[in-house]
Amino acid sequence: MATAHSRSAARIMMAPAVFVLLVWMLVPLSMTLFFSFKKFLPLRGDSIGRGLDWVGFANYARFISSSSFWPSVVTTLLIVGGVLVITVALGILLGILLDQPMWGQGVVRILVIAPFFVMPTVSALVWKNLFMDPVNGFLAHVWRAFGATPVEWLSQASLPSIVLIVSWEWLPFATLILLTAIQSLDSEQLEAAEMDGASSPARFFYIVLPHLARAITIVILIQTIFLLSIFAEIFVTTGGAFGTKTLTYLIYQRVLESQNVGLGSAGGVYAIILANIVAIFLMRIVGKNLDA
Amino acid sequence: MKLNKTLRVATAISLFAAGGAFAETITIATVNNGDMIRMQGYTSEFTKQTGIDVNWVTLEENVLRQRVTTDITTKGGQFDIMTIGMYETPIWGKNGWLVPLDKLPASYDVNDILPAMRNGLSADGTLYAAPFYGESSMVMYRTDLMKKAGLTMPEKPDWDFIRKAAAAMTDRANEVNGICLRGKPGWGEGGAFITAMSNSFGARWFDMKWNAQFDTKPWRETLTFYKGMMDESGPPGYATNGFNENLSLFQQGKCGMWIDATVAASFVTNPKDSTVADKVGFAIAPNKKGIDKHSNWLWAWALAVPAGTQKQDAAMKFIEWATSKAYIELVASKEGWANVPPGARTSLYENPNYKDIPFAKMTLESINLANPLKPTVDPVPYVGIQFVAIPEFAGIATDVSQQFSAAYAGQQSIDEALAKAQALTNDAMEAAGYR
Amino acid sequence: MARAVTSRRKIINTVVAWGIGFLIFFPILWIVILSFKAEGDAIRTPIEVLTAPWTFENYSIVQARSNYSMHFFNSVVISFGSTILGLIIAVPAAWSMAFVPSRRTKDILMWMLSTKMLPAVGVLYPIYLMFIQLGLLDTRTGLMIVLMLINLPIIIWMLFTYFKEIPVDILEAARMDGASLREEILYVLTPMAIPGMASTVLLNVILAWNEAFWTLNLTAANAAPLTAFIASYSSPEGLFYAKLSAASVMAIAPILILGWFSQKQLVRGLTFGAVK
Repeated sequence: MATAHSRSAARIMMAPAVFVLLVWMLVPLSMTLFFSFKKFLPLRGDSIGRGLDWVGFANYARFISSSSFWPSVVTTLLIVGGVLVITVALGILLGILLDQPMWGQGVVRILVIAPFFVMPTVSALVWKNLFMDPVNGFLAHVWRAFGATPVEWLSQASLPSIVLIVSWEWLPFATLILLTAIQSLDSEQLEAAEMDGASSPARFFYIVLPHLARAITIVILIQTIFLLSIFAEIFVTTGGAFGTKTLTYLIYQRVLESQNVGLGSAGGVYAIILANIVAIFLMRIVGKNLDA
Repeated sequence: MKLNKTLRVATAISLFAAGGAFAETITIATVNNGDMIRMQGYTSEFTKQTGIDVNWVTLEENVLRQRVTTDITTKGGQFDIMTIGMYETPIWGKNGWLVPLDKLPASYDVNDILPAMRNGLSADGTLYAAPFYGESSMVMYRTDLMKKAGLTMPEKPDWDFIRKAAAAMTDRANEVNGICLRGKPGWGEGGAFITAMSNSFGARWFDMKWNAQFDTKPWRETLTFYKGMMDESGPPGYATNGFNENLSLFQQGKCGMWIDATVAASFVTNPKDSTVADKVGFAIAPNKKGIDKHSNWLWAWALAVPAGTQKQDAAMKFIEWATSKAYIELVASKEGWANVPPGARTSLYENPNYKDIPFAKMTLESINLANPLKPTVDPVPYVGIQFVAIPEFAGIATDVSQQFSAAYAGQQSIDEALAKAQALTNDAMEAAGYR
Repeated sequence: MARAVTSRRKIINTVVAWGIGFLIFFPILWIVILSFKAEGDAIRTPIEVLTAPWTFENYSIVQARSNYSMHFFNSVVISFGSTILGLIIAVPAAWSMAFVPSRRTKDILMWMLSTKMLPAVGVLYPIYLMFIQLGLLDTRTGLMIVLMLINLPIIIWMLFTYFKEIPVDILEAARMDGASLREEILYVLTPMAIPGMASTVLLNVILAWNEAFWTLNLTAANAAPLTAFIASYSSPEGLFYAKLSAASVMAIAPILILGWFSQKQLVRGLTFGAVK
């Protein structure tokens, strides 16, 4: 159906989007690559105007040999993986629940999606202070009411705490997409299966879950992109201590706290590589659901 | 009505962005501490006097630091005045990024600035930032709890006494912790406290050849003592407590003692916010018996003008106003002497009105006791008490303090933390070309 | 009999769903409650907090301390501006991907998404230096452009999935009737894609409203949105739960209310092509 005319028109219409994204990708990327091969310590007086010394792969070697590097990769993957598992699993359950007949469905839906509208900085501040503070926090009060010693969330259970905060922020998104997908499920098919005597777990695993495959894929894909770069939640709560330093946070420390732009840029290149590995991995596993 | 207001604001903003010719406006980046917030409240006085408008960019300390550092290193020129500390000032001044404050008028009386502050905010003898307020650290303690424990706080307690008193005051059933100290990761939080404390145990960051010293006995002693005392008598979750968390706890009456910034004295004795306002005593920050150095630090939040600003004169005028004797008097006349910015000027401590303030004497003594030029028992190649005034320090010390905090929280042993600190510090110093 | 079972199930569903909904919403509710309590009361046990007297003082303190209306105005301009800018670029691109697909379409889409993977902290220096050169620092225009670029891949993807659902026959019919490409997009495609567009706009406004790295680091006095307003409250001195709560409510309320009012559109449209 595509004529030569519409083909060229299509190309022209694509052009602005491709162009701006190309610029947005290439300019910072090439500058990052450039800096990553340079000694660039702004506080030592290095500046582009004065010229930067070429150091070869020294920044790359130093970044990867730092004792923080591999733990930060593991932490990143744990947070991303943890949040994905929690949001997808709970998202499916919530989606199914919200699809059932009930009173006040609209209100419940509003309550459930509310966290999605909260700024990450605010939710991190609120969870850290109002809820997880071991003396005055809400959870500490609840624990004490039951005679238990309050948990020191952000130091004793730091990683689970961060996963909890981030999951709270992203559960609404997962729920919304999965709910829409569940609503589109053919109820006749389910009823037929019920007639045939399929148990509810069987119906779930053989009908509902396959139907949701595509939605789950999309949730995983989009959330992964956002989760790989979470920053505010860590900056506000633990400052990267107690085993919560992600790769993004490590780069932040190198660039802004240590003011070593060269080293941080090398870290940025590693982060891009990691992101792409994750992306390829995702595509392999779930990409077949994504026929564009 | 609301829309109307928004529109009006919108017009005001666009007019302002377009014109700006009718009144000069300077932009000031500052930290969200109480004294600075108060200063913002008096901006109209400044505008009345000079006709210069002020735009405030008030940010939390960590965000402020990242913001102004990015701007100064890239010469972004977003701010006409930056609020910076004693750590940044000499480094930036040496790089030629700040306008020297050598043309202050005689009426400003620059010699009135406390010598310790002037030295700390100078590089090679030139003053680069004017202190808005200055601080050391000292012991703040609950006189009632001390009495109940049957103890008397000496003027200059040592660490053994502090530990004993902390244990005696602790009453966990009633949520009273004998002592609250910073443990929060970050070079300006727990890192600052433990570094100042280590000085009083005879430790140092580097030897004269810039070798890290975390493998030495005094550091091990410092951390072991700190963790031992805090586990006995500290609040739950102390590994995540910084200045503000401890201030809250103390104000709620949940700490017997608190060793922290002298500026906190005015907050804990302010009956409006503090439930223990009339029961607070002060003492010099402790040392280990037989060690000549105390654990008090020296810090100032100061105003500096970045080189390259188009509005240098207006910015200078603001600095002259905000750090003047007249400003102190203005605040005193409106809110009382206890609320003036402390620790910057000698004349304040000679003022008879200020002498009655309970914490004035101890603040001045603590500031005078601090010597950033000779912070440790053994000689060191650096300046600074709770920090090392080299550009690499902030990054290194944040990493180090994260290791320490992990040890406080019990995630690793003190020896592990020290070994990691030693390795990462040496590694970073090698990369920076010191070793 | 069957009906009784159904209604019992409905009751159980209702109770469970309301319980979970309340649990998820509770943190926000708690912020709102604390924001109306005196600072000294806000740290007490939950029961004591609830029974303590209510007050507006936190809002007046926060209001007095900062220029809320300016930050609010900036947030509105930046989040809507970047979304509109994004739509202008994304609609044609999504159209061509949906109706004139080629072998590369999927690759291009994935490539666009991958541009979101560049860690923002790593490229702060390059972007900051560019902004200085272009004179965009602390301008709403600069932020609109950056946020547009960040969200553009998502906008394109969402629109692409909506456009794909539109039957090609309708477009061909329009073309038969002599509609030009522009008319085809404006009068045929766009109306049909309105629900999808609405949820695209909403999602992107939310994402832009909540973006807290670039909006903090590229602004100073003039263009700073509500994220900067919050950054001045993160750790003021002494007790601050109530003031922090009030500031938080002021920062999130506008977008929360907008989200609630338009949740139907959001729910209907937020599929990313997950539903066929």
